[in-house]
Amino acid sequence: MRPLLFLLRKEFRQVFRDRGFIGRLFIAPAIQLILLPLAANYTIKNINIGIVDHDHSQVSRKLSEKILSSGYFKLAGYTDFNSKAGKLIDADKADILLEIPEKFEKDLIREGSKKLGIEVNAINGVKASVGFAYLSNILSDYNNDIRAEWVQPGSAGEVPTIDIITSYWYNPTLTYFIFMVPGIMVSLVTMIAGLSAAFNIVKEKELGTIEQINVTPIKKYQFILGKLIPFLFIGLVVFSVSLLIARVIYTIIPLGNIALLYLFLEVFLFALLGFGLLISTFTETQQQANSLIFLFMMVFNMMSGLYTPIDSMPSWAQLVAHLFPISYFIEVMRMIVIKGSGFHDILHHIYAVLMIGAVLNTWAIINYRKTS
Amino acid sequence: MTETVISTKKLTKRFGDFVAVDEITFDVQKGEIFGFLGANGAGKTTAMRMLCGLSIPSSGEATVAGFDVFREPEEIKKNIGYMSQRFSLYDDLSVMENIEFYAGIYGLSDKEIAEKSKELIDKLGLQKEAKKLVASLPLGWKQKLSFSVAIVHQPKIVFLDEPTGGVDPSMRRQFWDLIYDAAEKGITIFVTTHYLDEAEYCNRVSIMVDGRIDALDSPSNLRKKFGVDTMDEVFYKLARKAKRSAD
Repeated sequence: MRPLLFLLRKEFRQVFRDRGFIGRLFIAPAIQLILLPLAANYTIKNINIGIVDHDHSQVSRKLSEKILSSGYFKLAGYTDFNSKAGKLIDADKADILLEIPEKFEKDLIREGSKKLGIEVNAINGVKASVGFAYLSNILSDYNNDIRAEWVQPGSAGEVPTIDIITSYWYNPTLTYFIFMVPGIMVSLVTMIAGLSAAFNIVKEKELGTIEQINVTPIKKYQFILGKLIPFLFIGLVVFSVSLLIARVIYTIIPLGNIALLYLFLEVFLFALLGFGLLISTFTETQQQANSLIFLFMMVFNMMSGLYTPIDSMPSWAQLVAHLFPISYFIEVMRMIVIKGSGFHDILHHIYAVLMIGAVLNTWAIINYRKTS
Repeated sequence: MTETVISTKKLTKRFGDFVAVDEITFDVQKGEIFGFLGANGAGKTTAMRMLCGLSIPSSGEATVAGFDVFREPEEIKKNIGYMSQRFSLYDDLSVMENIEFYAGIYGLSDKEIAEKSKELIDKLGLQKEAKKLVASLPLGWKQKLSFSVAIVHQPKIVFLDEPTGGVDPSMRRQFWDLIYDAAEKGITIFVTTHYLDEAEYCNRVSIMVDGRIDALDSPSNLRKKFGVDTMDEVFYKLARKAKRSAD
C-alpha cells in the first residue's frame, strides 16, 4: 500500500499546483449554472405572429389585442392581403399567421360560429407547435369570453362549459431551472472530474512519464487507484460547488437527503472514472482523447435525458441511454432534489450504475498494460 | 569470479512482418559498463524495452538479474533502474518531490528517502534548486537528476537509453562521471548511445545493424579487429551494410 500513498501524494501535488485547473473547478460550474438555465429555456417567448385581418371589426381588433398582450407573441405584421402575409413567412419574419376572415364579426353574431385560419411556419418545430398551442389557448379563452358576454346567464341558450384546473406536482409553477439545474450539475461533474482523469493519464503517456512508472514494480491496481482517488475527490468538490451555486442563485435546496445525493455521486464517479480510464487506455495523445471524449459528451448530452425525456425516445435509444451512468444520475438528481425521493426509490439506480462501473473498471484494468 | 546479470539467447521481437530485433544473443557481467550501439532504427530501444519488462519478446530467451523476461517481468522491475530517451521526471514537481516519489514507489522507508535525497542533492550540487520545479532546470542537470533517480533504489542493473542526447561535451563528461561512480558501486550499466566517443568509455560494446548484433567486444579489440583507429570507423564500416532506413 505504501507505493499508493506516494502516488496519491504526487497526484494531489500536481493537481493543486495547476492553477488553471483549480480555477476551472470553480469557474466552470459558476458560468454553466448561471448562464445555461437562463439561456436554454423551454418557455418559448417572442413568437412572431402575422395577423391577416380581412374583417377590420371591433371583434377582430379585440382578438388581436388579446393575443399581443399575452406576452408570448410579437407582431410581425398586420395586413389584409394574403400575399403579403405569405411573404412574412417566406422571409422568416413570422412564425405563425392568424387569418381573420371577412365578415368575421357579422357572421359570428348572426350564425354564432365562424372559422379562423392559423398557418404555422414549421421550420423550427418546437417553436411552431408551442406557438400553435399558445394561440389555440388564447383563442378558446377568447371564445369563452364572448360566450359569457353574449349569452345571458340562466337563459336557455347557455352552454355548459368544463373548466380544467391543473396542478403540477413537485414543480408547481413549472419553473424551468428547477428541472434543468440538477441535470446541468451532473453534466458538470462528468466533464470536469471524469474526463480530467482520462486526460491526466494520456498526458503521462504523451510525456513518457508513464513508461518510467511501468518500469517500476508498482502494481496495476495501485496505479489505477492512484489516478481514481484524486478525481473522486475533485468530483466531490465540483459537485459541492455547484450545489452551493444552485442554493444561492436558484434557491434550490434538495428536498431529499443530501447524504444520499453524495452517496450516489460516489457510485456515479466510480463508473464515470472507469469510463475515463478506459478512454485513456485506448488513446495515445491528448488530442485523440479529446476527440473521443467530444464524441461521447455529445451523445451523453443528447441522450441522457438532460434536455429531452428518455421515456419519449424510441426503444432502442432508451436501451442505449440506460447504458450511460449519466442518465441514471440525472434521474436520481431530479428525484432526490425535486421530489425528495429516498434510498429505496433509487436502489435500482445504484445497482445499475455499480454494475456499469464494475464492467468499465475491469475492462480498463485489463486493457491497461504495463508491458506491450 | 564473474556473475552474469543479463543473458539473452536468440531474443527476437517482431511487429507483424517487421523483425525489429533478430535473434540477439549476448551476456553482460556484473559491474560492467555495456555499450549498446546501433544506427537509428537498428532495434536498440526495442531490445532494451524487452530486457526491462516493458515489451514481451516474440521468441528466444532472456534473463535479467536472474529473472525470466517472460514469466517474471515484475521481479525484474524490482531489480533494475531505467532512464528513457524521453525525459521522464515530472516537470511540475520539485527536485525533492521527484526523488521522494520514485524512492517511495520503490518501497524505500522515510528514513532512507531522507538520507538518499540529501546525499543525491549534495552530490549533484542542487542544494539551491532542491525546492524548485524540475521544469526550471537546464537539460544537462535534468539528465543527471534523472540518472540519479533511476538508481535511487540501488538496482542491480540500470538501463540508459541515449541518456546524453542534446547536451554539450562537458555535460556529457560529467554525466559519465556519474556512470563510473555507479559502476564502482557494483551497479551494472547498460547504455545505448549515438556518440562514438562515449563508446570508448564502455568496457564492452555491441553494435546492432538491422536488428542483429554484428560485433561485440571491448572497444580496443574492435578497433584491432577492423584495423582502424577509432570507434567511429568501426561503426561506419558496420553501419554501411544496413539495409533498413533510419526512422
